[in-house]
Amino acid sequence: MNHSQWDWNVGKKAIADLSQWQNAFEWVEEPYASPDGEMLAAIVKTGDSEFSVCENGGLWENYFDKIWYLRFGPDNSTVALVSQDSMWTVAVGGQPWENRYDFVWDTRFSKNGKHIIVAAVSENKYFAVTDGAAWEQAYSFLTNLTVSDDGNNTAAVVQSIPFNSGDIFKFQQGCYTAAVNGETWDNNFLNVWEMNFSPDGRHLAAEARRTLFDYTIVVDGRPWDNNFSSVWKPQFNPADGSVTAPVREPGGWALARNGEIIWDERFLQLWHHQYSADGKNIAAIVAPEYGQRTIAVNGKPWSLTFNNLVTDLVISPDGNRVACSARAARKWLIAADGKRWDETFDMAWAPVFSPDSRHIAAKVEKNGRFFIFIDGKPLKIDFTAAWAPVFSPDSDKLLVKGIGGENEGQYCRYVFKLSALLV
Amino acid sequence: MTKRSVQNISTIPDEGIDKGAQRLTPDQVSRVIRRHLEEEGGARLKVYTETCVHCGLCSDACHFYLSHDHDPKFSPAGKVKQTLDKIIRKKGRVSIDFIKKTAEIAFTECNLCRRCVMYCPFGIDVAYLMLFLRRICHKLGVVPQYIQDTAHSHAATMNQMWVKDDEWIDTLHWQEDEARDEIPDLRIPLEKQGADIFYSVIGPEPKFRAQMIYQAAVIMNAAGMDWTMPATPGWDNSDMCMYTGDEEMVARLKKVHFETAMRLKTKRIVMGECGHAYRSVHDVGNRHLGWKMSPLPVMHAIEFYYELFKDRKLKVNQKYDAPVTLHDPCNVVRGGGLHEMARYVINETCSRFVEMHPNREHNYCCGAGGGVINCGPPYTNKRVVSNRVKADQLADAKARGAKTIIAPCHNCFGGLEDIVKHYGLGMEIKFLGDVIYECMDKE
Repeated sequence: MNHSQWDWNVGKKAIADLSQWQNAFEWVEEPYASPDGEMLAAIVKTGDSEFSVCENGGLWENYFDKIWYLRFGPDNSTVALVSQDSMWTVAVGGQPWENRYDFVWDTRFSKNGKHIIVAAVSENKYFAVTDGAAWEQAYSFLTNLTVSDDGNNTAAVVQSIPFNSGDIFKFQQGCYTAAVNGETWDNNFLNVWEMNFSPDGRHLAAEARRTLFDYTIVVDGRPWDNNFSSVWKPQFNPADGSVTAPVREPGGWALARNGEIIWDERFLQLWHHQYSADGKNIAAIVAPEYGQRTIAVNGKPWSLTFNNLVTDLVISPDGNRVACSARAARKWLIAADGKRWDETFDMAWAPVFSPDSRHIAAKVEKNGRFFIFIDGKPLKIDFTAAWAPVFSPDSDKLLVKGIGGENEGQYCRYVFKLSALLV
Repeated sequence: MTKRSVQNISTIPDEGIDKGAQRLTPDQVSRVIRRHLEEEGGARLKVYTETCVHCGLCSDACHFYLSHDHDPKFSPAGKVKQTLDKIIRKKGRVSIDFIKKTAEIAFTECNLCRRCVMYCPFGIDVAYLMLFLRRICHKLGVVPQYIQDTAHSHAATMNQMWVKDDEWIDTLHWQEDEARDEIPDLRIPLEKQGADIFYSVIGPEPKFRAQMIYQAAVIMNAAGMDWTMPATPGWDNSDMCMYTGDEEMVARLKKVHFETAMRLKTKRIVMGECGHAYRSVHDVGNRHLGWKMSPLPVMHAIEFYYELFKDRKLKVNQKYDAPVTLHDPCNVVRGGGLHEMARYVINETCSRFVEMHPNREHNYCCGAGGGVINCGPPYTNKRVVSNRVKADQLADAKARGAKTIIAPCHNCFGGLEDIVKHYGLGMEIKFLGDVIYECMDKE
C-alpha cells in the first residue's frame, strides 16, 4: 500500500472515545484501528440479537443477527463477516455483498486491499469467493485458502476424490489436491498443506504427502523428483521464480531448491524461510542445536540463540537486515542482526523496518501496558491497547496508534518525528 | 470383587492390520525393520532391551497382567519378549503373521501408561518400546483401522474428528448462543489477538461433547479471564499420530498448535481435560520439533482450575454433594504430577471425597489411553475384559461410599464409561469441569 497519502503531519489526533461507546452499547467487543490510524471500529451489541459496527462513534447503517471477524483491509476499509436470517456474507463498511452463503470464514485481502476473499460453504459444497463472486466449482472439503499478492488468484486444498468413512486404503491412494481458481490440479495426493503463490500469482507451490512416508513439494501440480521424510512451506524466489523449501534429510533439516539441497548446513529444525525482495538473501528460523532457536541467513546461524522460540521473522526492505521476535527464559524480546534489544517483555509483536531499513519499531507488552519501542528504546507513552507502528514512506516519521495514552478510553493517532524520538 | 468376564479376545479381525499385512512381502518386512533399527534404534533401545533381566517386577504393575490372572503373555516384559526381542534377535527377518500379532500387542495390549516403569528396578520404559514397535507397524502400513483413520483425519484437517474448518467455528457460535440463554453477555472470543489465554480442546469436544466448550466459556467468563479460541486449524491439541507411530505428523500437528498460539500472541495455552494431549505438548511433539519443553506455557485444565480456586477467581455456591472418587489420569499424574492440584480442586468443589486405592502415581490406567480406545469397537470387549482390576478398584471405592468418578481426561472418561457399563458398577462419571460448572457461582 502507498502510505504517502496518509496524514504525516507531526502531532496527536484524537479519533474516538471508547469509554463513550461502552456507555452507549450493551457491549463493545475488542476494537481495531485502521492501518492509517484514522479509524477505530468495534462490533457492538445494539439490541436483542442485534449487532452492528461502531466506527469512530458512528454505527454502520445496517444491523445484523451476528457479526464476527471484524478487520480493516490494507486500504482502510472495515470488513466483517455478518449473518442475517441464518445466512452469511461479507460486509464492507456495513454494506453486505449481494450473495449469501451458509457460512463464510478466513477473510483475506489482496496486498492493495482492492480484493477481499473468503472461504464459503453452501449446501455442503465448499468454494472460495472473491468480492462476492464464487468459484464455479465446489468441493466437499476445503481448507488452507491461499491468495496471490494481487488477489486475482485464489487456491485452496480440496478433497478431489470421495471416500467412505474409515476407508483408510482409499485415503492412502490420494484423495486431496489443490484447486486454483476452482480448477483442481491433475494429480492427487494423500495430503496437501500450506501453499504459496509466486509473486506474479501465476504459479502455486505446496507441501504434499505422496504416501504415508514420502513428502515433497508440488509446483503447479507437478511434484519434485525427490521425496523427503518431511517438508515445510515452500517459497518462490522473487528473482528467478525457482521454488525452495525446508526438507528433512537423515542428517537434519536443510533447504532445497527444486528438490536439490542448496544449503550445506543441517539443522535440528528449519522453517519459515523468506527471501529478500531481490531474491539474493534467504533468512530462516532454525534450531542449530536441540532446544535452541535462532535465525540463519543464507545458511549461517546467528551466534545468539533463544531457548524458547523465534517467530515473526522480518527482512528489511533493502534485504540486508533481519529481525524477529523471540522468547527466551520465559520472556519475550526483539532481536535484529544477531543482537537482542536489552529490554524483555511479557509479549512482543512482529518488528517493523523503516522503508530505508535503518530503523526497527515494535509493539510490546509489559505489566499489562502496551509500549512502542524504536531501535530498542521505548517511546515515552504507553497504552491500554496499541497497534503496530508504521514508518512514513520517507522513513522520517513514525505513526503510533493507541488507546489510553493520556486519557483512559481515548483512541489517538500520533505522528512523531524520528529525530525527536531518537535523541 | 467384580464378576470375571471370560471371552475369547484373541485374533480380532481388523481391516487395518489384515489388509495392511496382505500388501506386505517378507523381504519388505525385513528391509523396513532393518532400516528402522539402523536409523532409529539408538542407545535408548539398546539399553532397555539389553538391561532387562526378566525379573518380573513389572508384571504386577500391569493391569493387563493382573486382569488376565497373571498370564505372563500380558506382562510388560512378556509383551516385549514376544515382539521386539524376536525382531532384534532375528534382525527383522520375521513373518508377516508375526507382524500382525506384533501390531495387535503393541496397539491394543499396552496403554503406554508407564506404571510398570515405576516398578522396574532399571526404569525400563516399556511404553517407549511399544511405541518403537508401533512406529515399525506404521512404516509397514499395518495399523488398526480406526486409529489409522483418526491419524488420517489429523493429516487432512489438523483435528482428530474430521471436523471441517467451518464446522469448528459454527460449533463455537452455537455454544456461545446456548450459553447466552444462561449468561446473556457471555462471549467465546474468536481470534482475539493478544489475549492472555488460548483455550485449546481436543477434536471430540466440538464433535460429541460440545457442552464442555460451553462450560469452559462459563468458567472463563465467571473468572474474568482474557481468553480466545482460534477460528483456524490448530485449535485441536490432540495427537493420535503419536500413538500410530507417525512421528512426522506428530511434528506437523504440534507445529500448527504452537504456531496458532504464536499467531494469536497469547501468553499461554490452557488445555481442556485431556491426558494424551498434555503428553504430546510437553514430552513428544515439542521434542520432534527440536524443543526441549513446550515453547510457550501450556497448562492442563487441572492446573488452570487449581489456579482459579487458589486465586479466588471462582466461587462455589454449593458443593457437589454426592461422594466422589478421583481417577488419576496417567499422562497428567504419572506423567505430569498434577494429582495434588486435582485433589485441591475437588476439595474446593465437593463435600465428600473417597480415595481410590491405589491412587496418585500408582493409580491403575483406565485401559483406554495410549490410543487403545481409538482402535475402536473391534477391541472394546478386549479392552474392558483386560481391565478387570480397574473395575475392582472402582467397586472398592463404591463400597466405601463413592457414587461419582471424576475423570479429568477424555480417554479416561470414555474408558471408565465402558468399564462401569460392562461390570455393572452403577457409578456416574464426570469431568472436573462438569463438577465446577454445577457448583460455581456463575455471576
